[in-house]
Amino acid sequence: MEHIISLTLENKFGSLSRVAGLFSGRGFNIESLSVAPTLDPSVSMMTIVTNGDDRIIEQIMKQLNKVIDVIKVVDISENEFVERETALIKVHTRAEDRAEALRIADIFRANVLDSSPTSYTIEVTGDVRKVQAIIHLLQPLGIKELVRTGRIAIGREPTRPVQAQLRPLAKAN
Amino acid sequence: MQLTGAEIFLESLKREGVDTLFALPGGVVLKIFDVLHQQKDIRVILTRHEQGAGHMAEGYAKATGKAGVALITSGPGMTNVITALADAYMDSVPVVCFAGQVPTPLIGNDAFQEADNVGLSRPCTKYNFLVKDVNDLAQTIKEAFYIATTGRPGPVLVDIPKDVSLDKGEFHYPKSVSIRGYNPTYDGSKWKIKQAADAIMKSKRPILYIGGGVQFSGASAEVRELAEMTHIPVDMTLMALGAFPGDHPLSLGMLGMHGTYAANMAMHYSDLVIAVGARFDDRVTGKVSEFCPTAKVIHIDIDPTSIRKNVHVDIPIVGDCKRVLIELNNILRATVNGNKKEQRKPWWDQLSAWQQEHPLAYTQEPEAQIKPQYLIDRLYELTADRDPILSTDVGQHQMWAAQYFKLKNPKTFLTSGGLGTMGFGFPAAMGAQAAFPNRLVLCIAGDGSIQMNTQELATAVIEKLPVKVFIINNRFHGMVRQWQDLFYEGRYASSYLGHVPDFVKLAEAYGAAGVRIDKVGEVDAGIQEALSIDRTVFIDVPVYQYENCYPMIPAGGSNHEMLLEDPSDLKKPKSTHKTAVQSDSDTVLTA
Repeated sequence: MEHIISLTLENKFGSLSRVAGLFSGRGFNIESLSVAPTLDPSVSMMTIVTNGDDRIIEQIMKQLNKVIDVIKVVDISENEFVERETALIKVHTRAEDRAEALRIADIFRANVLDSSPTSYTIEVTGDVRKVQAIIHLLQPLGIKELVRTGRIAIGREPTRPVQAQLRPLAKAN
Repeated sequence: MQLTGAEIFLESLKREGVDTLFALPGGVVLKIFDVLHQQKDIRVILTRHEQGAGHMAEGYAKATGKAGVALITSGPGMTNVITALADAYMDSVPVVCFAGQVPTPLIGNDAFQEADNVGLSRPCTKYNFLVKDVNDLAQTIKEAFYIATTGRPGPVLVDIPKDVSLDKGEFHYPKSVSIRGYNPTYDGSKWKIKQAADAIMKSKRPILYIGGGVQFSGASAEVRELAEMTHIPVDMTLMALGAFPGDHPLSLGMLGMHGTYAANMAMHYSDLVIAVGARFDDRVTGKVSEFCPTAKVIHIDIDPTSIRKNVHVDIPIVGDCKRVLIELNNILRATVNGNKKEQRKPWWDQLSAWQQEHPLAYTQEPEAQIKPQYLIDRLYELTADRDPILSTDVGQHQMWAAQYFKLKNPKTFLTSGGLGTMGFGFPAAMGAQAAFPNRLVLCIAGDGSIQMNTQELATAVIEKLPVKVFIINNRFHGMVRQWQDLFYEGRYASSYLGHVPDFVKLAEAYGAAGVRIDKVGEVDAGIQEALSIDRTVFIDVPVYQYENCYPMIPAGGSNHEMLLEDPSDLKKPKSTHKTAVQSDSDTVLTA
């Protein structure tokens, strides 16, 4: 099963290799990994998408906790969460395909970042299914290059109903 | 106070209570050695190879419980010490290793004797540091010792570039450290401990399975109290030998691949396994799917990753073995009523039956070649009253030592368990001897293993480390030959060593003493003679070459399916030769 693990870790030399090395050394799977500093510049936030049965995920969580540079480990996918990924897709476009490419971008609310006589570079942001879907649709036109950020995720805040509230809670997200 | 990095290094080590440093110099650590040369507080033992330095630090640490410290140079110095670091990591030995590094402006330039020390050691250390600023050095050293010796202990590497050892900085040694990502759990959950106590009270066929964690945690007394109070039999892993007295009536001896019949049968048929500081290694579990099929499992360990890594656990308790057992014993003391010994009688009847059915056994005919077991048995008997420290190398001799040398005290058995490092025994014994100059330190080695680190004879002689090294000499890599006997139809591919050096002459060439024991009737006298020499001694013991180590659970087999003797169709020369020396052509069987 797929799990999204969120790590808080020391933002210092070698921390990333300690985490990545743990996965390769113990034969765990990494589907995607993204990392960047947080508001506190001494701390980074890393999101790892991995998969495995319960026993493997339990080991992954424990092994990550054991890494001294790791401050906190949360399996985001255990509770409600939102996730996003951004992809930059450079699509090859013949004259007759240019309108179609723009139409697809429009359907997915994607932005065109760069345009040349024979290509568009399209930026799309969404959950993994959305990103997969637009890639799938653009593929027949010819994708020249594809760059993905890897997925990032964050837990949803609890949406506690308040007694006095009459209308349904505003849709989260 | 402004000090150079090298001086800060020295002052920091003094504050950590370091008294011995196992070291080998090189270009980038010369400033540190220069400072060490001008002081008398720390003994610097110059080794002949960095692997030796690493294993000596391990031996020192295993025997004392304190961190062992090594200092080596960059590049090849670092790559040579890696084996010892990996060994220490597998066996949770607190070692702090300081490595020299090329000056910081040269790092990454493929400078002379440069290696990525932090990258090389990352997968085989608990943590590692590269010190880039002299002002961070003291703090880093404090953290290194803290990490190495707390929680589940392990090796830590500190990489010191040459310019950092030369630069001047303010020296201030921190009193304490706090690392936000490192907070070992020492106290077990009270609720879980209560559950464990209940399970122990209900159990009819409980077994204590203790591991190396008991040694490091210093929980021997607590294990003994628990076992005696509840009359539970004790199985020990290789790493736990000595943590519970091997001659105690509740001891079933070592379990696992070459464990005793009773120890393994007890695990297989028990209804409650109480694992203390052990990690369910594959050499213990055998076939995991058939491991302890009827047992509930309580697992006490300071490292959460050990729990449920290999086997299912019903009552996990994360914490320090000693503290958890104190708590558990308190509960049990209040609950144990009546005579546990009586209640456990059916279980003990069964255990005694197993013990009598297949005790550890060998036959030694007086006119035949010496059997390795006989030599170890006699060595045990003749030194039993001297509380020796025993180190071993890796292989058949190691397993026989584990079976027949019944250690009584914790931190007296030094062996390479997890990594199985041949060449460990001799330098580890030297490390222990450096820590305890007046104790009897023995090493049981094989003729294959000892050849991996004989260069340290020079160190042993010069540093006056009078270890006694018994070389079980069968001119084979014996354990490899045993597997070839059993699983490769006796084809001895590269296991026959052919010519081995004359170990007596080798020892003498280095200025150590050499003794040879090659007749059964001379064993006792030979051992006594070796023990009476106040110097390093190599004792060469040519033995029957085809002896195999039993019981044995073939790799992947289940714990109750043990081979107890050579299969009847195994062809091998009988031990009937009157003298041990044979011509080489006699020794290799044609398949």
